[in-house]
Amino acid sequence: MASGGPSFLLLSMVPTILLLCIDFACCNTGRRTSDGLDTDFTGFSVPLEHSFEVDDVSQFRVRGALQLRGGRETSVSLSQNQLSEEDRSTLKEVAAVDGLYRIRVPRVSLSADRQSDRPMDGFLTAFVRACSLVESHLSDVITLHTDVSGFLIGVSIVTIPGACRGTEVEDEVDLEAFNTTLNVIAPTNAPQPETALFIERMDMENEKRGKPQEQKSFFAKYWYLILGGAIFLMASSSAQAPAGGAEEQQS
Amino acid sequence: MAKLVPLLAVFFYLVCVSEAVFEDQVGKFDWRRQYVGKVLFASFDSPSQSSKKLFVATDKNIFASLNSRTGDLFWRHVDKMGPEGAVDTLLVNAQDALMVIGDGRLLRSWDTNVGGLNWEVVLDTGSFQAACFVGIQDTVKHVAVLKKTAISLHYLSNGHQKWVENLPDSDTVKYQAVYSGGGEEVFVLGMVPHSHLTITVYSLEDGEIIRQRSVEAPWLSSVESSCVVVGRGVLMCVDNYTQALYTLAIQAEDSPQFRQVLLQSLDLEVSQDFQPVLVSTQPHPARSPLPEFFLQLGPDHHILLQLSEDGSTIAPLRDFQPAFLVSFATTGEKTVAAVMAPKNTTDDLHCRSRCFADSGRRLLDTTVIFPLDANGGKPQKLYVHAFLKKDDSVGYRVLVQTEDHALTFIQQPGRVVWTREEALADVVTMEMVDLPLTGTQAELEGEFGKKADGLLPMVMKRLSSQVILLQAWMAHLWKLFYEARKPRSQIKNEVTIETLSRDEFNLQKMMVMVTASGKVRSPGVSRCSDEDKSLFGIDSKSGTILWKHYLENVQPNAAFKLIVQRTTAHFPHPPQCTLLIKDKDTGLATLHVFNPIFGRKSQISLPALPRPILQSLLLPVIDQDYAKCLLLVDDQYKVTAFPSTKNVMQQLQEMASSIFFYLVDSEQGTLSGFRLRKDLSSELIWEVVLPTEVQKIVAVKGKRPSEHVHSQGRVMGDRSVLYKYLNPNLLAVVTESTDTHPERAFVGMFLVDGVTGRIIHEAVQRKARGPIHFVHSENWVVYEYWNTKSRRNEFSVLELFEGTELYNSTVFSSLDRPHLPQVLQQSYIFPSPITTMEATLTEKGITSRHLLVGLPSGAILSLPKMFLDPRRPEVVNEHSREENLIPYAPEMPIRTEWFINYNQTISRLKGIYTAPSGLESTCLVVAYGLDIYQTRVYPSKQFDVLKDDYDYVLISSVLFALFFATMISKRLAEVKLLNRAWR
Repeated sequence: MASGGPSFLLLSMVPTILLLCIDFACCNTGRRTSDGLDTDFTGFSVPLEHSFEVDDVSQFRVRGALQLRGGRETSVSLSQNQLSEEDRSTLKEVAAVDGLYRIRVPRVSLSADRQSDRPMDGFLTAFVRACSLVESHLSDVITLHTDVSGFLIGVSIVTIPGACRGTEVEDEVDLEAFNTTLNVIAPTNAPQPETALFIERMDMENEKRGKPQEQKSFFAKYWYLILGGAIFLMASSSAQAPAGGAEEQQS
Repeated sequence: MAKLVPLLAVFFYLVCVSEAVFEDQVGKFDWRRQYVGKVLFASFDSPSQSSKKLFVATDKNIFASLNSRTGDLFWRHVDKMGPEGAVDTLLVNAQDALMVIGDGRLLRSWDTNVGGLNWEVVLDTGSFQAACFVGIQDTVKHVAVLKKTAISLHYLSNGHQKWVENLPDSDTVKYQAVYSGGGEEVFVLGMVPHSHLTITVYSLEDGEIIRQRSVEAPWLSSVESSCVVVGRGVLMCVDNYTQALYTLAIQAEDSPQFRQVLLQSLDLEVSQDFQPVLVSTQPHPARSPLPEFFLQLGPDHHILLQLSEDGSTIAPLRDFQPAFLVSFATTGEKTVAAVMAPKNTTDDLHCRSRCFADSGRRLLDTTVIFPLDANGGKPQKLYVHAFLKKDDSVGYRVLVQTEDHALTFIQQPGRVVWTREEALADVVTMEMVDLPLTGTQAELEGEFGKKADGLLPMVMKRLSSQVILLQAWMAHLWKLFYEARKPRSQIKNEVTIETLSRDEFNLQKMMVMVTASGKVRSPGVSRCSDEDKSLFGIDSKSGTILWKHYLENVQPNAAFKLIVQRTTAHFPHPPQCTLLIKDKDTGLATLHVFNPIFGRKSQISLPALPRPILQSLLLPVIDQDYAKCLLLVDDQYKVTAFPSTKNVMQQLQEMASSIFFYLVDSEQGTLSGFRLRKDLSSELIWEVVLPTEVQKIVAVKGKRPSEHVHSQGRVMGDRSVLYKYLNPNLLAVVTESTDTHPERAFVGMFLVDGVTGRIIHEAVQRKARGPIHFVHSENWVVYEYWNTKSRRNEFSVLELFEGTELYNSTVFSSLDRPHLPQVLQQSYIFPSPITTMEATLTEKGITSRHLLVGLPSGAILSLPKMFLDPRRPEVVNEHSREENLIPYAPEMPIRTEWFINYNQTISRLKGIYTAPSGLESTCLVVAYGLDIYQTRVYPSKQFDVLKDDYDYVLISSVLFALFFATMISKRLAEVKLLNRAWR
């Protein structure tokens, strides 16, 4: 019990940094054995099952247990077993024939008030290519998606890195324990049209525009030009006037 | 700086403006065809030869007037959809056309000259039974409307109610017919099935019951379907069980009795399992019906009978066998009976007509030949327009309605004046197919297509094709020369199947349209549901119907999917389209494979599809005949391939592990993914379940496979690149909450990878509800919803970006994209509801995208995608200006110059189809609903086309002048240099 607490605190920080939209998450290196199963959490646990067969006929076995805790803040943690010798060799064989590694979780509700109708039939399944799981040394990211009311609607698994490059994994130790990151993603709220901000901005612009309107008038601004022009006109007309007068006199 | 902002905004607006057409461009690139739907009632205007009007009321709740010379619309009134606007009956008398609408809700009178509404009255509640004009002394002044429990009489001039009376014992007696023979009485006929018939006679003046009679009739099951009034008020009924005609004088004062006339006594016999039908005619509502009437004894057997003056004996006048349809028409004092009979056993049907006057039996035989289209349906209804010629003989024209809702108007002696394909008022789905190359182009293509076999044959082949080219060129020259001598007006530019060929820029295409209309009529009217499925091939340039194909034996309530399996690009092989017809109830599917250019059915062996089909997908796998492979998934998740040649099977087996498909079950709320196995079975690999208690899946859309994206990213203001998340397998899943309370209702938008089932993004739009219209393309999804809180329509746009670095720039694989994309979203207010939405599509995807938004007004708005960009900044800064981002404004503008169809509105717009053309700047648009409208749009203007008024003369003269100037100056310079050298 004691071990559950600290690790839960410590590891909870990692994924929240990774992704913004995570409600809460926890992961477990899997080196601890199944002591997490007998629990005094207020929540409940559901099995996480996996299947990898050479002939691709799915036979799900327990991989670990998801500890779900409802409430105001949903939290999920995962405790999982190590892969046995037999499993490791099967996984490598499956990877060699480009088979699939599947996981499944039962359909449950994460929210506390719905736990009465928790047992829903059916599973949510997802898969990843077995070779990429092997090549990533069992480091995978499992994401649980919930809908608005807290029902689990989907599960997804990806490995990091995700590619199959055909590199041999020699070291058996690499395939012993899962290095799992667990996320829970709830739907985000789509934005509404931003009317308030826009109106604020318009007001600010209007204010800005309002100030220059108190600017000097046309005459106030260009009085020197007008004055200069007027003087020039007057000067030129007064210069011409005597000449005209002279002509008149001549005639 | 501050001034720059509005300036910039003005600049953007200017950029986006200038899309409207100029006045001289109207109708140059676009056309509209208007339709009315399946005709239920038709009536001709006046019995004169010069009359041009034809009135129709249709199942689309439309009342329209057609020009009988050309088939064009004079006017059209489109009423509400659904039973509220359904036309119950149409009665035409001189200048007034009366309609009862919405199961007896409204009574309307139209002016037939101009199509204006004279008056409209709201009738009392109660389902409509029958209506008739009531006239005395040859003038019609009233109309009687019979409802289930009441009868009302209205003035024809203003619609005011003269009187309304409740019908006696309306809970037991079914009142079904109303009759007026020109007297002061209105007869209402009701009956208790298999018991008795009641005759209630009302006074025209005040609606008082003059008398009530009850007649024993244990054989009678329906007055409406088996009885007519013939001659001077004699009710004539036919009964199949007793094989007899029954007559009854309804005007008789004393208690009348039915008189039985056995069909056997007339030497008549009803065909097996056929309900005999009586057809009579009342030439004028103020006079009694004629004593002559038709009795239909079998599907192709009619007989003309006459009731004697005293109503005692029935005499056969003439027997018509075979005869499909009969009809009466009246002109002046003369009444014509038209009979449609097949001519021999060939496809030609001809329509013969007998003419008889009221008194005598002077029979005239004239024939109109109606050519029956092998690809069309059988004739269904016959309307005759009889008129008096100048020499007082009777002439007539015939309107034939066929099963495929086509209207054909024929003149004597068999000239088809016009044809209207009314099935096109209900287009379900369509595709556009490139036209084939011309013969010469095809010849050249064919040369490259053939396999090389030696040098000499290659040379010979080349020579022969050159000769053919030369021949074609000579023919072309000759044609030019020949046509140059003729005046310009005589040269017809008609489009026929023979002259169809691809133009330079591939702007002309073949539109393949699937139509289906199956409307179950409102109760009370005894027309049952009937189905009509047709395929049409239409030239996109002119709108001419080039071919049509009527699909028989299609179950009602079927869903369609039209798939282009082979385009015209693979010359020796004809293009191939496949129509998947799926019965919605059983899920069983059939395939119809045809050539989209000529409409001919292909002689290809079709796969047997014994099980319901859940999903169909077109693979890029090509067989040796260049046909793409179509996979059909049945309910046991077994896959059938079509075509299923060895070549295809081999390719499928090789690729099986990389073929994924998804299924959506909106009732269970499940989305599931499958992978193909080598033995063509499939395995479930992922499953996403959206609980149906919370939300239900409304629609799922992937991207269009033909879409090209030119640029992988967007260059930002700081010169870095924001890469788009271009996942070709992405599905947009839209859900609506089951809770419809305005505060709690929401719309969900899920972006799911169709291969891995990974939910890429999930968002909920709170306080929103449908109907949702959305477009999913490139890296964006645009959706429109109704905001229940603010009570307005809003647009929201989602864009997905990978970030400033690409994970794997060479290839996209859904299996290898561990990081989720960045999702940006913004919402806007849209000031109008919308009916449909589609995005423009161009050849290479260089041209900027526009959204084509269909508005309920019938206009199509071309909204630049630039306005729906989640990166529109709240506050303008250097970078956003550099990037040409428009500052955020919450309201989306609607500019009238953005309407691509100017004043050519499209009634009841249902869908918009876009197709790329050969020109990158041009996108072809077809909008369909009640009307069909085709046009071209240029989202980034015509950047790759020289303008019409481009000044070639100026440019070339400037070029030549420059050329000569350089030559002269060069010469001068040389001379100068030489002189300098000598100095």
